[in-house]
Amino acid sequence: MTTPPSTPPRDRRPLTVFAWLWVGLPLGYGLYELVHKVTQLFRG
Amino acid sequence: MRPPVAPPGWSRWLVPPAALSVHLSIGQAYAWSVFKPPLESALHLSGTQSALPFQLGIVMLGLSAAFGATFVERNGPRWAMTVALLCFSSGFLIAALGAATGQYWLIVLGYGFVGGIGLGIGYISPVSTLIKWFPDRPGMATGIAIMGFGGGALIASPWSARMLDAFGTDTDGIALAFLVHGLTYAVFMALGVLLVRVPRTEGARRPGVPGALDGPQVSARQAVRTPQFWCLWVVLCMNVTAGIGILEKAAPMITDFFADTATPVSVSVAAGFVALLSAANMAGRIGWSSASDLIGRKNVYRVYLGVGALMYLLIARFGDTSKPLFICCALVILSFYGGGFATVPAYLKDLFGTYQVGAIHGRLLTAWSTAGVLGPLIVNRVADHQEAAGRHGSALYGLSFAIMIGLLLVGFVADELVHPVHPRHHIPAPREADDDHPAEHTAP
Repeated sequence: MTTPPSTPPRDRRPLTVFAWLWVGLPLGYGLYELVHKVTQLFRG
Repeated sequence: MRPPVAPPGWSRWLVPPAALSVHLSIGQAYAWSVFKPPLESALHLSGTQSALPFQLGIVMLGLSAAFGATFVERNGPRWAMTVALLCFSSGFLIAALGAATGQYWLIVLGYGFVGGIGLGIGYISPVSTLIKWFPDRPGMATGIAIMGFGGGALIASPWSARMLDAFGTDTDGIALAFLVHGLTYAVFMALGVLLVRVPRTEGARRPGVPGALDGPQVSARQAVRTPQFWCLWVVLCMNVTAGIGILEKAAPMITDFFADTATPVSVSVAAGFVALLSAANMAGRIGWSSASDLIGRKNVYRVYLGVGALMYLLIARFGDTSKPLFICCALVILSFYGGGFATVPAYLKDLFGTYQVGAIHGRLLTAWSTAGVLGPLIVNRVADHQEAAGRHGSALYGLSFAIMIGLLLVGFVADELVHPVHPRHHIPAPREADDDHPAEHTAP
């Protein structure tokens, strides 16, 4: 009796990178705007 | 809807971005002020009227988190995120209809009521799932998600402002901005709906790391009957009230403190100070919450409440003598404010287990609603009273700060009273989960 061949788990790394970019890019934009605003205001 | 069980090989690092896609979206609520001036001029509203959608939204957040938490726990995170997506996005679409037709009540109903339900369900949707995936680092995991709620306003504030610049600030421009917000957030949140999974068994059981369902488990119904729940309720309420004490009047406060000095604070610098406070709030959510995994939940709340009281004391005694001291103390207090929100799910997990931690968290968020009323009430009433008594500058806030110190000490004592839950509240041993069914317990 043979055991059925088990399929290896799919590589999730591309999906993980995409998911983190999906949330990281807008958050990066928000942080950039914050830093820009703070430096601009304290300089001005 | 059955909770989506992770297939073999599913990475637990896919769950935080799923949670963030929801929290970064619903965090837009704190950027509502961008819409206030255009609405006031386009629909001839007062400042109080234009704040209504936000206020109703926060009330609905607390109510839907408290009353919807059991459904979230029962139906799983994908159901909850779907409800949050539908409510939050359709709230914007209803508001767009209201702006286009000049019917302000539709904006209040859409953004405040319908969108507010999305806020509450969305806020609690990933908490329980994250704790189950990261039993070794629950503070960090929930900190990432809840940091997103703080970060949402950082994204939405400039984005919404630019959109209004492009579309115009008349009713048509506002309606178009609401429409774009609704559609964009629907797409953005969809990632969370698609990605979120519950662990196959005890989730991320790793060698040498305790599983999510190890240790005592307490149901939500039983948890609210324990003194630990109410001690934590007081801890959260006091910590949030103290943070709101600064947040509520940050800009006028720093202006008043240094009004009579050689270096008065301009309006634009005060606005920069408010932006810095937002950053401290967000950083505290991930930083302090992650630190709690190392130093323990009770200890980190000792820091929030004890050092927080000390910071208030420093501001009250020496705040008007040094601008850097004032700013540093305020930033630390705001980081504790954010940290308090982000650490509480892990504290609940430590005390009550993961069985119904999401439902218990939802009930605990009523402390937030209470603090949302209490904090501004104390600060504004006291400042008005002091002003009427002829005081000015930093003297306007002395009494408020003394009250805040008192509240933080009450919270500190409540934290000291938190002890492990008595075994009579625990539920019977768990039923082992299999590949087709997420981990669950038999009812008590």
